[in-house]
Amino acid sequence: MKSSRLGPWLAIAIGTAYFLIPLLATFEFSLRMRRGEYSFEAYRVVLADPRFQASFGYSTLIAIATIVLGVLLIVPTAYWIELKLRKIRPLVEFITLLPLVIPAIVIVFGYLHTYNSSSWIPLIATPRGTDLLLTFGYMTLALPYMYRAVDTGLRSIDVRTLTEAAESLGAGWGTILFKVIFPNVRVAVLSGAFLTFAIVIGEFTLASLLDRPAFGPYLQLVGANRAYEPSALAIVAFIVTWACMGLIQIFGRDRRATMAGR
Amino acid sequence: MAQMQLEAAALPLAQPRRMSLAFVGVVPFFVFAVMFLLWPTAFLMIGSFQDAEGHFTLENIYRLSEPTILNAYKISVEISIASALLGALFGFFLAAAVVLGGLPRWLRPTLMTFCGVASNFAGLPLAFAFLATLGRTGLVTMILRDYVGFDLYATGFNVLSFTGLTLTYLYFQIPLMVLILTPALDGLKREWREAAEVLGATSWQYWRHVAIPVLWPSFLGTTLLLFANSFGAVATAYGLTGSSLNIVPILLYAQSRGDVLHNPNLGYALALGMIVITGLSNGAYIWLRGRSERWLK
Repeated sequence: MKSSRLGPWLAIAIGTAYFLIPLLATFEFSLRMRRGEYSFEAYRVVLADPRFQASFGYSTLIAIATIVLGVLLIVPTAYWIELKLRKIRPLVEFITLLPLVIPAIVIVFGYLHTYNSSSWIPLIATPRGTDLLLTFGYMTLALPYMYRAVDTGLRSIDVRTLTEAAESLGAGWGTILFKVIFPNVRVAVLSGAFLTFAIVIGEFTLASLLDRPAFGPYLQLVGANRAYEPSALAIVAFIVTWACMGLIQIFGRDRRATMAGR
Repeated sequence: MAQMQLEAAALPLAQPRRMSLAFVGVVPFFVFAVMFLLWPTAFLMIGSFQDAEGHFTLENIYRLSEPTILNAYKISVEISIASALLGALFGFFLAAAVVLGGLPRWLRPTLMTFCGVASNFAGLPLAFAFLATLGRTGLVTMILRDYVGFDLYATGFNVLSFTGLTLTYLYFQIPLMVLILTPALDGLKREWREAAEVLGATSWQYWRHVAIPVLWPSFLGTTLLLFANSFGAVATAYGLTGSSLNIVPILLYAQSRGDVLHNPNLGYALALGMIVITGLSNGAYIWLRGRSERWLK
């Protein structure tokens, strides 16, 4: 039953072609801005565009806010459930998976009707309120990934023993959470954070419908009006995604190395 | 001794009170979930069964069968099925190649890392990449025309179409399949194959009677996940086709921007239809995953 390796190699070859050709084509296209020669002109134009800088900065800020608020919400919740409320874990897990079931377009469509200026909580009435709503929306989209990452991290450490040890040494809840639990799930939190960043930075649907000056709507604007700049932006976005995933791998490997060293 | 008895007696009394206090710790999470996930969704669901004055009606659900809306659902479902099935199939072959194919060992971590990136490389940048590849002046289109003498667009192909969109969606569908299916393929135990060999089974018989029945639930389950994944995608389609292709997420996007259906409650029903479809396919995925875990533990 010795199987030939032709099939597997063929699958890899077709896969490589399918995944690399669009990247190469995009890169090649992004260099064509000056007639008759290859240049990085499209990148220069895009990176010097003040709207690029403003929208990328805005999205970075929203992404950081999403990560900070998300971690502050999810780590204590997952910790508390692991420690005291294991019974309700299935319910919480179900809720955290819902954003994968309910499309983002539906969630934001709901926001537009529940938080508009004539509602009880008129978040959309002011720009700052809308920023907040966008951040909460991104926290919702990131919930499945963030919760999963933190929960896995918490399960790999002995939460009960750590808590009891800290309590018997006289630590309060704040100390336990920030000095004992957080450092122990740092790697899990970081991988959730980078994944969140990758999702949020170029997100289009929420930002566009809530009408915020984020990177996603800027991409759409450039895509609709320019020829070569969109390709340059696609390459930039690909590098950002790649960097986020690379950082997750590096931190993950770090942990494995220290685990083996113990 | 008396002290201990007292404590033991007090325990059942103390337990329920501590329990109710413990729930305080998860209040922030539930408040957040209700405000930004459950209530906005429930609001749309309730609105689907109301008319403009707030009375109960099935009119909105019935009006989903209007030709424009029905057609949008049809194209959406077709694109999602095509990209899910093709994604699942190619994803399976790729995962099988690195897990079972006996290829160099460095290939597997390389593929997994790339899949991690590609499954998150969706939306507008992906649309731009495919326009630069298969658009009218895209690299592949030009090379085919200038060097092979094959005019892609003369065949009726257009990247801004059903085929183009499916081909583009595969860029994040295949990696997702690889990421989820690889652990399942790892679960195929070497002993099963050896046992089959000892009993004189051919490679085909091993796959037909052992491997495929074991893998079937995870394969089918992941296919359903891919279906839901492409069904809700807005940005990739919008970046590629603008609003020219009539699919449900794009229609709902237009409805959110400016009530193109001229009936807010019909818009809610449109959203309800999306939730029902993605909910059903995800529910089936969870059920099938439960089944596959029995074997692959």
